[in-house]
Amino acid sequence: MSKTIAEKIFSQHSGVDAYAGDLVVAQLDFVMGQDGTAPLAINSFNEMGGEELFDASKVAFVIDHSAPSPLEGVSALHKLMREFSTRKKHMLYDIGEGVCHQLVPEQGHVVPGDLVVGADSHTCTYGAINAFSTGVGSTDLAAAMISGKLWFKVPDTIKFICEGTLQPGVFSKDLILRIIGDISADGATYMATEFVGEAISTMEVDERFTISNMAIEMGAKAGLMEFDEKVEKWLSGRSNKTPRPVSADPDATYIQVINYDVSQLEPQVACPHTVDNVSPLIEVENLPIQQAFIGTCTNGRLNDLRVASKILAGKKIAPDVRFIVAPASRSVFLDAMNEGIIQTLVESGAAVVTPGCGPCVGTHNGVPSDGEVVLSTANRNFKGRMGNSKAFIYLASPATVASSALTGKITDPRSFI
Amino acid sequence: MLLKGKAFKFGNDINTDYIISGKYKFKTLDMNELAKHVMEDLDPNFYEKIHEGDMIVAGTNFGCGSSREQAPLAIKYAKISCVLASSFARIFYRNAINTGLPVIECDTSKIDAEDLLEVDLQKGIVYNKTKSIEIPVTPLPDVMIKILKDGGLIDHFKKHGDFNFE
Ligand code: SF4
Repeated sequence: MSKTIAEKIFSQHSGVDAYAGDLVVAQLDFVMGQDGTAPLAINSFNEMGGEELFDASKVAFVIDHSAPSPLEGVSALHKLMREFSTRKKHMLYDIGEGVCHQLVPEQGHVVPGDLVVGADSHTCTYGAINAFSTGVGSTDLAAAMISGKLWFKVPDTIKFICEGTLQPGVFSKDLILRIIGDISADGATYMATEFVGEAISTMEVDERFTISNMAIEMGAKAGLMEFDEKVEKWLSGRSNKTPRPVSADPDATYIQVINYDVSQLEPQVACPHTVDNVSPLIEVENLPIQQAFIGTCTNGRLNDLRVASKILAGKKIAPDVRFIVAPASRSVFLDAMNEGIIQTLVESGAAVVTPGCGPCVGTHNGVPSDGEVVLSTANRNFKGRMGNSKAFIYLASPATVASSALTGKITDPRSFI
Repeated sequence: MLLKGKAFKFGNDINTDYIISGKYKFKTLDMNELAKHVMEDLDPNFYEKIHEGDMIVAGTNFGCGSSREQAPLAIKYAKISCVLASSFARIFYRNAINTGLPVIECDTSKIDAEDLLEVDLQKGIVYNKTKSIEIPVTPLPDVMIKILKDGGLIDHFKKHGDFNFE
């Protein structure tokens, strides 16, 4: 019988001819934990009687959520992670290396056809390079670190066929925000999603990551895309692992197929306090903002910083706006420096902070004050997300955030492009 | 096991940031400390109001958002006996079972705030004492029942050293 990408990857990793709805125990190709989840996983690992890792070369910890440490308590948890990693001889990406979901693919740990779990909900990001990757909690991570396996319910898949060409000034972020607005925050719960069509195949891999990254915001387990020459090129020089590309069969069974024509899509904004509260930008245009933030595993990549720097080149941000930039990784940071992007952003008024999560999750580096409005390129705008439950977070593309930093109010980037 | 308690009602899409804010979870592994801040951004006095055994009752998509296991743990350490919701987000649901917090999928529209509830986990029955009605429950997948029976995933691994669903 024909299969979706998810059904194929679970069949290959469980040795069972698996279809949606089946429960399987599957072998994992890579597992990851970050500083918000790994400390608890270490506790669980010890309590489970864990001794050795199933394969130290397939385990990585990333210190990114609260890095460098702003507090003693956090420092103790970081120390716990460092000591564990040294003892178990697995990889640890320490402060300044970047956000986990940038690092795992960028450092070549995941290739097409892989099955990956990470103790972080946005692990679904690597679907953009044709891997099934999904978020789990700390105890599942501990079980995975010991056994190299995890149980899964093979998910149904919703297929999004995205045709047409995005207008200049409209980006993959606008598309995924629109889709989440339409499907709602639980429209794909327990399911995988596949994104196909001309609008996806013409996108650079960096832009595709933005879409897969946000699949969890509609409840999805994974945000899968097909392998193509762009993915192949993106991978070359990054990974020694052999890709095993997986394609959906043309007559595979989908629980739903949804068509989008992206050519008329306008810039979109997710309004407080849920990600699916999405409006066309025009409906919130001119709303004054106090803070603009470009970064995160959604939109802190080289491409994103490049788009922002083109808009900001030779200009100054509005005097009453704070503009924070967090490159997604050290390597993105270095590339952006070499291209002069960082110079441009800093000259325009940006405060550049260490690659990592800080502002996104409210641990440090840009906690807003009561009643303030933040426009951010992140993937979540929950109340309190950035560290203050009385602030208002709006989500948009890097182009929209850069344009709005210039004017001090929510601004359509098409006027600057 | 028979659980008894008062219902505390919440709406749809209660995310893990509301259950336990990110600003706390990075600071400590002391779950008793985290428990004091459970649901704080939605109801600042929630922890003071609840008594041992009380239940969180919510609409759809409870526990959406991050993968933080601190969310079910903070609820468990606040001595909430179980969470009832019309539906749960996937990662939260797994985490709850793994950490031994009972989660029950059922039609919660028949429960109002402060209703007295009894939940029989073995039989899978929710009884609303205040309204004298029985509410049917969506059964757990077999694998989860086996993990819960062992007392959570930690004890499952302690016992078997690996996954064992035979
Ligand atoms: S950047 Fe934000 S969403 Fe991404 S991993 Fe870090 S905290 Fe999570």
